[in-house]
Amino acid sequence: MAERKIPEVDIIVDEKAGVIKEVGPQRKLRSKKGHERRTNGAIYTVLTVMSIVWLVPFVFLVLQSFRSYKLEKGGMVDYLLPKTFSLDNYAFLFEGSNFFHWCGRAILVGLACAAATVALVCLAGKLFDRQDRGARPARVGILGACLAAGYALLVALTAALQGFAPAERPVAVLVCLMLFLAIGAIIARVYLKQDSKLLRSIPGYVVEDRHEGAKKLAAMFAEFALLAIILQYILIPMTKSQYLLWYTNTLTIALFTAVLQTAIVLSVSYALSRLRFRGRKLIMNAVLVLGLFPGFLTMITLYFLLKQMGLTQSGAVPGLILIYCASSGMGYYISKGFFDTIPKSLDESARIDGATRFQVFMKIIMPLAKPIVIYTILMAFMAPWGDYVFASYVAFGDQQGYNVAVGLYNWVNTNDFQNYFTRFCAGGVLVALPITALFLALQKYYVEGVTGGAVKG
Amino acid sequence: MVDLDYLKMSRPRKLLHDLAGFFARLPGRLGNGLKGLALAVGRCLKGLGLSIADLFTTFRDGDWKTRLSYLVMGSGSMARGQWGRGLLFFLFQTVFNLYMVNFGMAYLGKLNTLGVVETYKEGRKTVYGDNSFLILLYGVLTLFFIAAFIYTWRVNIRQNKVSQQILASGGKLKGTKDNLQSLVDSQFHKTLLALPTLGVFVFTILPIFFMILVAFTNFDYNHQPPAKLFTWVGFENFRTLLSSGSASYGDTFRQVLFWTLVWAFFATFLNYFLGMFVAIMINKKGIRLKKMWRTILVMTIAIPQFVSLLYVSKMFAADGLINTYLMKWHWIAQPIPFWTDPGWARFTIILINIWIGIPYLMLIATGILMNIPADLYESARIDGANALQMYGKITLPYMLFVTGPYLLTSFTGNINNFNVIFLLSQGKPMGLAGNAGHTDLLITWLYRMTVTDTNYKIAAVIGIMVFVVLAVINLVVYNLIPSVKNEEDFQ
Repeated sequence: MAERKIPEVDIIVDEKAGVIKEVGPQRKLRSKKGHERRTNGAIYTVLTVMSIVWLVPFVFLVLQSFRSYKLEKGGMVDYLLPKTFSLDNYAFLFEGSNFFHWCGRAILVGLACAAATVALVCLAGKLFDRQDRGARPARVGILGACLAAGYALLVALTAALQGFAPAERPVAVLVCLMLFLAIGAIIARVYLKQDSKLLRSIPGYVVEDRHEGAKKLAAMFAEFALLAIILQYILIPMTKSQYLLWYTNTLTIALFTAVLQTAIVLSVSYALSRLRFRGRKLIMNAVLVLGLFPGFLTMITLYFLLKQMGLTQSGAVPGLILIYCASSGMGYYISKGFFDTIPKSLDESARIDGATRFQVFMKIIMPLAKPIVIYTILMAFMAPWGDYVFASYVAFGDQQGYNVAVGLYNWVNTNDFQNYFTRFCAGGVLVALPITALFLALQKYYVEGVTGGAVKG
Repeated sequence: MVDLDYLKMSRPRKLLHDLAGFFARLPGRLGNGLKGLALAVGRCLKGLGLSIADLFTTFRDGDWKTRLSYLVMGSGSMARGQWGRGLLFFLFQTVFNLYMVNFGMAYLGKLNTLGVVETYKEGRKTVYGDNSFLILLYGVLTLFFIAAFIYTWRVNIRQNKVSQQILASGGKLKGTKDNLQSLVDSQFHKTLLALPTLGVFVFTILPIFFMILVAFTNFDYNHQPPAKLFTWVGFENFRTLLSSGSASYGDTFRQVLFWTLVWAFFATFLNYFLGMFVAIMINKKGIRLKKMWRTILVMTIAIPQFVSLLYVSKMFAADGLINTYLMKWHWIAQPIPFWTDPGWARFTIILINIWIGIPYLMLIATGILMNIPADLYESARIDGANALQMYGKITLPYMLFVTGPYLLTSFTGNINNFNVIFLLSQGKPMGLAGNAGHTDLLITWLYRMTVTDTNYKIAAVIGIMVFVVLAVINLVVYNLIPSVKNEEDFQ
């Protein structure tokens, strides 16, 4: 065996910093530095090239979405930059809908109402909070502000209602009210002081110590689901735009799947990780074996089962939610891996204090499991946006039941795809934007889940 | 002395030795696995025997309440004052009986033929006969129901026995309230698992069972219920898929399987090493803007695949941006056949999959690289190791050690990676027998068989074959993993 070459380096122990420094002859150091610089330069080059490759298709996508399908015919052209930038494709997506008329107004009113309510709730919270008994002048001021906010609410409502025909007004009020509830609740949650007495008295708003994370999240999703239902069943039936229909279909599916699937996955993984019972190993092995069967094998049977329940074609939205959630318990690996890392002594001490297993689950484990809860929600929420196979099979040619993936896929794979290509780009951009934003915002949790899952297998 | 000999060997010989050792031990390991299986089966049979024996002894030693429960489920519980539990048992039995009499028996009886009464036309009216599909599906459902009933019946009897013993020893039985209370405490797992298990049963196990049975029938476009009947044909479909000949798909199956494995290999390992490489680059000390690089790469995970992959597939089309620009710049005269030539199509798919797949690996590798103790590198540097040596001796073994299970799941996932193939090439270019294309994976072929060709019988067989392939790979690797652990344990 060849003897190892020992580099000519003096090793000096820097006692203050407690680290070992390598100090070689000056020349060597300089060449080392040069070497370092060259390596870093190479790495920067590679990374830059990669970044360009990674981003270029998306840039192209966005650019082509601005090429008008009316003025510059043809999907496949030999130039990249549109000759004129136009929003025709985006306009097409919303064509035939009075969506903006409705949505715009409703959201405006909702926002105004919400802002007013937030002000009201905040002020009232201050007013009634016993611990914060201010001086009398302050109270009077607050009361005045309350009145002003109420007045603003009233004005906003009447102003908005004037845009609607008399026959539409009851519906408009209803929509506004629901939007107001949903948006107001979301805003309130973000901006209100968490320990406000008034808030605590509202069920679902309990923001006490340990429940906080899970409850907040659950309430958030309940509100978003409310929004989705408003869009799905009140606003959208009034529009004729297919794209909007597909979009809200997908949104509804994604929201409900996110909530239900997370609940299922967490219960299964908690049970398999923390509880010991007969048949636990059996269940895990069975899931392992079942997971080896390809998912599409069972497509016709699932379709038939759903059809028996009337959940295909135009009823595809609830049908797909059912399919996505029913078997989701099998995807417990990652969250089980996470639960496994939480020390058992926590459960035990709580049990000694007389907590039931349910209480341990809700009050001790769930608050600690926030990263994995968010990861599960994120994954469950994103999956339906990309699902083509089941969605197309369950919708089976009925455009009422399409999700965006099916709708847009059909646009680029029909005979007329040259004509629809730029519209596909626009539709794709509108799907990708919110999803990407959500993903990047929650990237931290995604990394945590993915790494944990990979390491523990 | 064996260890010393081993250490003296050169690197390739070491590898050879390891491999030989692995394959030499493989039969033994598989044998052990089979032995384990046999033991498990034996245990099951023994358990079953004991259980049946227990049925007799319970009946012999039981009082009238217990004995009555053999006939009327829950009666024993009710007689002992456990009303809630007794009623539940009784209700289940009633439902089961009603189901069997009104529904189940009829389907169960026809299960052996899958129906004999043909649908025919009487003038302009269609008179429907038996529906083979329904007979098979509800037949399977009924079998499941019967199994569930037997299990519940057994539980009912066991509970009677336990109750009787408790009362005999002077104890007190739990009331309904206590039983409900236990559902959030000692029996909490039942509460948690009840709904998910039901979902998996109805939407996974039942359909899989059904499709496995379909593989043994002639259910296809010529035998579509309700107009036509289908029936059992034994192993004929397996013969069609596996044997070569003009009317069978053997050659296609082998080609598709080969490509599936090649694809899974490249998609897993190419991404693995490239992703690790990128992670090492980004994590290197002195590289700035780490977060930005990561975020840019992660974009391909964030954007739904049907947007990014569909767009990229059009970008590589014959009249897509890449070809048109290359021709405009006169680098090529003809468009490159990215999707129309089998070789090019396969190459392009693997290439684009790198674009999709590297970021996952980069994220995973980043997390793991940070966990490698820094003093390992420190001491290696003092010993004079260069970057490559450190990679080969520290980083790579550590990564492989930690991500072994992930590699397996990733390989499995890639064999079933429907989205990438389907959104990019839809399996094209076509040209294999059985309506398969050159870039078809088993799973996309299965999809086409189901949706386009409605050749359900072959689709079911392909599904079973995918299962077999995956099961073999998993078994082999599971047997391999302990050895990996022992040999690469460097701590």
